[in-house]
Amino acid sequence: MIAIFIRRIFVAIPVLLAVASITFFLIKIAPGGPFDADKAVSPQVLKNLNEAYNLDASNWEQYLDYMSGLLQGDLGPSFRFPGRSVTEMIATGLPVTFELAFYAIIIALLIGIFSGVLAALKRNTFLDFIPMAIAMIGICVPTFLMGPLLVLIFGINLEILPVSGWGQLPGDKILPSITLGFAYAAYIARLSRGGMLEVLNQDFIRTARAKGLTERMVVVKHAMQGGLIPVVSFLGPAIAGLLAGSFVVETIFQIPGLGRFYVEAAFNRDYTMILGTTIFFSAMIVFFNLMSDIAALWLNPRSRDS
Amino acid sequence: MNNNSLWSDALYRLSRNRAAMFGGFILILLIICAVLAPWIAPYSYSYQDLNLGASPPSSEHLLGTDVLGRDLLSRILYGARISLLVGFVATGVALIIGVSWGIVAGYVGGGVDSIMMRIVDVLYGLPFIIFIILLMVIFGRNLWLLFGAIGAVEWLTMARIVRGQVIGLKNQEFVMAAKAMGVSNLSMFRRHLLPNILGPIAVYATLTIPQVMLLEGFLSFLGLGIQPPMSSWGTLIKDGVESMEEFSWLLIYPGITFTITLFALNFFGDGLRDALDPKTSDD
Repeated sequence: MIAIFIRRIFVAIPVLLAVASITFFLIKIAPGGPFDADKAVSPQVLKNLNEAYNLDASNWEQYLDYMSGLLQGDLGPSFRFPGRSVTEMIATGLPVTFELAFYAIIIALLIGIFSGVLAALKRNTFLDFIPMAIAMIGICVPTFLMGPLLVLIFGINLEILPVSGWGQLPGDKILPSITLGFAYAAYIARLSRGGMLEVLNQDFIRTARAKGLTERMVVVKHAMQGGLIPVVSFLGPAIAGLLAGSFVVETIFQIPGLGRFYVEAAFNRDYTMILGTTIFFSAMIVFFNLMSDIAALWLNPRSRDS
Repeated sequence: MNNNSLWSDALYRLSRNRAAMFGGFILILLIICAVLAPWIAPYSYSYQDLNLGASPPSSEHLLGTDVLGRDLLSRILYGARISLLVGFVATGVALIIGVSWGIVAGYVGGGVDSIMMRIVDVLYGLPFIIFIILLMVIFGRNLWLLFGAIGAVEWLTMARIVRGQVIGLKNQEFVMAAKAMGVSNLSMFRRHLLPNILGPIAVYATLTIPQVMLLEGFLSFLGLGIQPPMSSWGTLIKDGVESMEEFSWLLIYPGITFTITLFALNFFGDGLRDALDPKTSDD
């Protein structure tokens, strides 16, 4: 266990350094400088700007400079918002995005596991078909359609929930969280149904039933532990998807989170912000993948000892 | 070889699966509509009737018009060309990279295999959507770049599936016999390995197309995909969202089209998987 953990961390560090380096040089070959946008600036001002942002140094020097800053958690200044550092902007956006992702994952887990386990237990009945049909809808209706439709129904036609914002009006967190969570609820429902079906046919479940355990004990204590391993393995990669989903949801609902900052930075060509967030997202995703792999290993008794 | 009977068996099972057949039917219909769009669309996709503005569905414009007075049905039909093209071409790119990668890793084995698969593992763990956005920002929003970028992301699972299959085949007698007869590597891949892994490849490719279309829609929705005056279903949905408060049909019809297409692809892909490999039907 611990050996696997340590080995994975040793793989992750060079990977992240490579990501940072590749992104850095990709951005260096991007056409156009960061300051030749809207209004033309005089050559002297441009020179001063380049000096202030250290852009007159050679690429190699800038790279070494950036990497040493990175190791100290300094992602440099933002090109678009003078006086603000990228680290600072990530620190403002991150709690919002985390809160949104947290609600979404809670919704997804509660709905997904409940309906998936139920569908597996009542296989080929009404309680199997209906949730699985809804799950299929959740997979086929993309977030960028689901969000606007929910806004149209609950925000504009029924006028019972706010159409945008985060933490300003009561209930304005409900629609974004549901929008982001719904697709994952669908995937989790399918995964837990599949996992449960596999486990329910195994001998140890028959033994548990034979020794007279209540059906509830059989399901909760014995079947779910093994049956939900696919869900646990799915959670790590799901974080990456949640992040992409947060780009859309934060744009639709005008939520000041990291996803919206990233999309805005992409539009504004705020290169330092793009670079910083890319590195940060990569680190986060590598971390969560590691966590979910470890959790899945730990849940599976056969791999726990090795 | 029982190759023929495998495929005819599969075809029989597929033809018994109503959802899959229905999905396949819708897909064929959509492809025909997309190919024939210039002839069957009632208006050109860029024809503007500015006097009309946004109008609800009527007998002249079956699905209404957008804020610039463009016929929505025509725009959906033309959008089908782009959306389906992205789906198929990007999946093709993913297929070529993934299959070659998987065959080489699985067949050569040993150190080469573990290095190649380790690369796949590492790439799996990276936020690729962010890299696609990065590429689009740096190199401009070029349609072919979009195909390449999406394809370059989606090949990883394909490589894993193919590698697993090839390892299973490698030790079978007919492959060994071919090897003993001195068959070259290239014709070994072409004649002996590829035909035997076509099933899983076909299944996974059908299931990749909707993923790719979702990705394109996602990028276009953020304004980082297809650029006007071209339109895909993603850009139509984006335009629809901007005016949905007054003109809800501009969101609803492109949304329905997109969703139905994804449904059809998923049903067909699931059906194909059940037909070719009945064992794995529960997922």
